[in-house]
Amino acid sequence: MLADSFSYFYQFADVFAFLVLSAAGLAIIFGMMGIINLAHGEFIMCGVYVTSAAYHAGLPLPLAQACGAIAAGLIGMLLEVTIIRPLYSRPLDSLLVTWGISLVATQGTLIALGSTFPGIDMPGHSFSVGDYSFSSYRMVLFAASLCVLGFVYVLFMRTRFGVHARATMQNPGMAQALGVRKGLIYAVSFGIGTGLAGLCGALYAPTMNLIPTMGTSFLVEAFVTVVVGGANVLLGTAPAAIALGIIRTGLNAWYGQVVGEIGLLIAVILIIRVLPDGFSGWLTRRSS
Amino acid sequence: MKRRALLAGAAALPLFNIVGSERARADANPIKIGLLEDVSGDLAVFGIPKLHGSQLAVEEINGKGGILGRPIDLMHLDPQGDNARYQEFARRLLQKEKVDLLIGGITSASREAIRPIVDRTKTLYFYTNQYEGGVCDASMISVGAVPEQQLSTLIPWMVEKFGKRVYTVAADYNFGHLSAEWGRTLLKPLGGEIVGEEFIPLGVSQFAQTIQNIQKAKPDWLYMLNVGAAQNSFFPQASAAHLDIPMGSPIKIMLGFEHKLFPPPVMANMYATANWFEELDTPAAEDFKKRWRAKFPKETYINDMGYNAYVALYMYKMLAERAQSLDKDTIRKVIAKGDAGIDAPEGHIVIDPKSQHTSHHMRLLSVDKENKVHIVKDFGVIQPYWLGQVGCDLTKYNPKEQYTPDHLPPKR
Repeated sequence: MLADSFSYFYQFADVFAFLVLSAAGLAIIFGMMGIINLAHGEFIMCGVYVTSAAYHAGLPLPLAQACGAIAAGLIGMLLEVTIIRPLYSRPLDSLLVTWGISLVATQGTLIALGSTFPGIDMPGHSFSVGDYSFSSYRMVLFAASLCVLGFVYVLFMRTRFGVHARATMQNPGMAQALGVRKGLIYAVSFGIGTGLAGLCGALYAPTMNLIPTMGTSFLVEAFVTVVVGGANVLLGTAPAAIALGIIRTGLNAWYGQVVGEIGLLIAVILIIRVLPDGFSGWLTRRSS
Repeated sequence: MKRRALLAGAAALPLFNIVGSERARADANPIKIGLLEDVSGDLAVFGIPKLHGSQLAVEEINGKGGILGRPIDLMHLDPQGDNARYQEFARRLLQKEKVDLLIGGITSASREAIRPIVDRTKTLYFYTNQYEGGVCDASMISVGAVPEQQLSTLIPWMVEKFGKRVYTVAADYNFGHLSAEWGRTLLKPLGGEIVGEEFIPLGVSQFAQTIQNIQKAKPDWLYMLNVGAAQNSFFPQASAAHLDIPMGSPIKIMLGFEHKLFPPPVMANMYATANWFEELDTPAAEDFKKRWRAKFPKETYINDMGYNAYVALYMYKMLAERAQSLDKDTIRKVIAKGDAGIDAPEGHIVIDPKSQHTSHHMRLLSVDKENKVHIVKDFGVIQPYWLGQVGCDLTKYNPKEQYTPDHLPPKR
C-alpha cells in the first residue's frame, strides 16, 4: 500500500519535473516576452551537448551541468542582441526566425559533431520502496524543478531586476523614460530564458540518448505547459504543471503512454477552451 | 517523432538537392541507381552509415570496371525521415530520372509508403533493413534479416535461458506492433506468457511509469522493440532504477549501437540476433571493416543497416551479370533458379526465389557490464522460410501484400 502510494507520488513528481523544467525557459521567452521560440528545443540540446562535453573533459557532473546552462544563456543573449531584438512586436516573424535558428542549430550540430554524441554516466544511486526500486536522480530532478520555480518567482517578484524586467515587458517606452536600460533588460531576460532551457537539457543529459534533434522531444510539453499556464508565468506555470501532471500520470498508469499522451493534449484543448487566458488569467480575475 | 515535427512541418521548405551523387563519366552510359536514405533529421544516425555502405560498394565496383562494363551513377536524395518526401523523391527518381534500380528506406512506414509507387513501374527495389518480414512483392528484394532469422532463434533461446514470463516494450507503429505479434506467436508453442505489453508513441523519452509497470509484472525477460533516439532513453533510465532484467531484441546493438552511445553498464544483459555487427571477427569481416574504416575513419559503428546497404549493391551486380541484363523479369529468372548468391562478409548468402528475401548467417550476441559484445551462439545459415511456408510464391504469382502471422495469404 505504502509502496503503491509512493509510486504514484514518484510518477507524478517525474512528470511534474519534466513539464516544469522543459517549460520554465519558454515561460519567460514566450509567456513574458512574447517571442514564439521554436528554437527552445535547440537551447535544451545545447545544454545537453555542453554538459556532456564538459563532463567528458573531466569536470564533475554538477559543474558540467552549470556550464551547460551558462553556455545556453550566453548564446541566448548573443542571439537576442543580434537577431531577436527587432521582432518583439512581430510574433509571426519571431516564429519563422526562431524556426530557422532551430534548423541551422540541428543541422549544424549534425555536420560539426556527427549524428550521435557520447552519453553521460547516470548518477547510479537507487532506493527501494516495497517491490519497486526507484532512481534517486529522478528525485533530484523533482527538487530541481521546485528550485527553478522558486528562483523564477524570487527573481521577478523580489528583486530590483525583476521589477525593471516586468515594467519593461509591460510598457517599454515608459520604463525607458524612467531610466531602465531597456536593451540590457531584454538581453538578460532572454538569456535567463535560454539559460533555463539549457539547465533543463543539462539535468536530463544523463537520462537520454544524445542526438542533434533531441530537443524536439521537449517542445510539445514546453509549449503546452506555457499555454495552459497563461500570460503570467509566475502564477501560471506551477498550477499548469500540477494539473497536466496529474492527468498524465493517471492516464499513463491506467491506460499506458499512448492514452497518456492523447489525454494530455485533449486536456490542453479543453482547458484553453474553458480558460482562454490559462490558469494565471483565471487566478488574476478571481483575485481582482 | 513526426507528430512532434508538426510545428516545423507546417511551413516545410523544399530542402531538395542531390547530395553525394557520384557522377560517373558520361561517355560510359552509366547504370543509374537511386538511393533514398535519411542523412538529416531524427533518423540520420542510421541513414549516414547506410549512405556510407552504398558509397563504399559503388566505389569498389566502379574501381573494378562497374557492372556489365558500365559504371554506377549513385543518385542519393535525403527524405529527412518524412514519408511524404519519400514518395515525392521515389517518384522523381523512378519517373524523371528513370533509375535502373531503387534502394533505400529506413522505417517500415517509409518502405510501405514507396512500395506502391515502385509497383507501378518496371523497376526493381532493394530494401536493406532488417524488418518485421512478410512483404510478398515481386518488385522488392529484401536484403536484411527477418523474424524467422532473428526471432525464431532469439525467443526460444531467451525462454530456455531466462524463463517464460515476457514483458514487451514496443514502438507504437507497424514495426513495433508486427514484431510484438511475432513474439506472441512464437511464445505460444513454448508455453511462454506475455505478462505485459506496452506500446510507446514515437518521440516519448520518459519511462518512469514503464519501468514501474515492469517491476510490478515481474517478468523473466524484456522483449525490447523500442525505436529511435528518444525511446532509447529507456535504457539509462532503467539502468539507473536498477531494473536488472535480461533483455532480448532484434534491433538493439547491431543496428542502434547503443553500447557505443551509453556508458557501461547501461546496455548490460542485452541479447540480440544479427547477421552483422561490427564485433564479428571472421577474416572476411575483418577485411570488410578495414576497407570501410579506410574510407570512413570517423564512423562510430559499422551497423547492420550500413552493412546490408553495402551487400545490396554486390547482390545487384551478381544478378545483373548472371542475367546479362538490367531488366527486372530477366533478373527474376536468375533468382528463380534458387542459387543466386554472393560471398558476403558474413558468409555465403542467397536470395530465396519464393519470397525474394535473403538467407543469413545468424549469431546471438550478448553485452556484458563493460558494454563489450560477445558471441554466445552461432545458428549457422538460416533461410527466410516463413513466407514460402505460408504460401507466398513469387515465382507463380505476385500479391504485392505484406503478410503477418494474423494475416496469412489466402489458400490457393
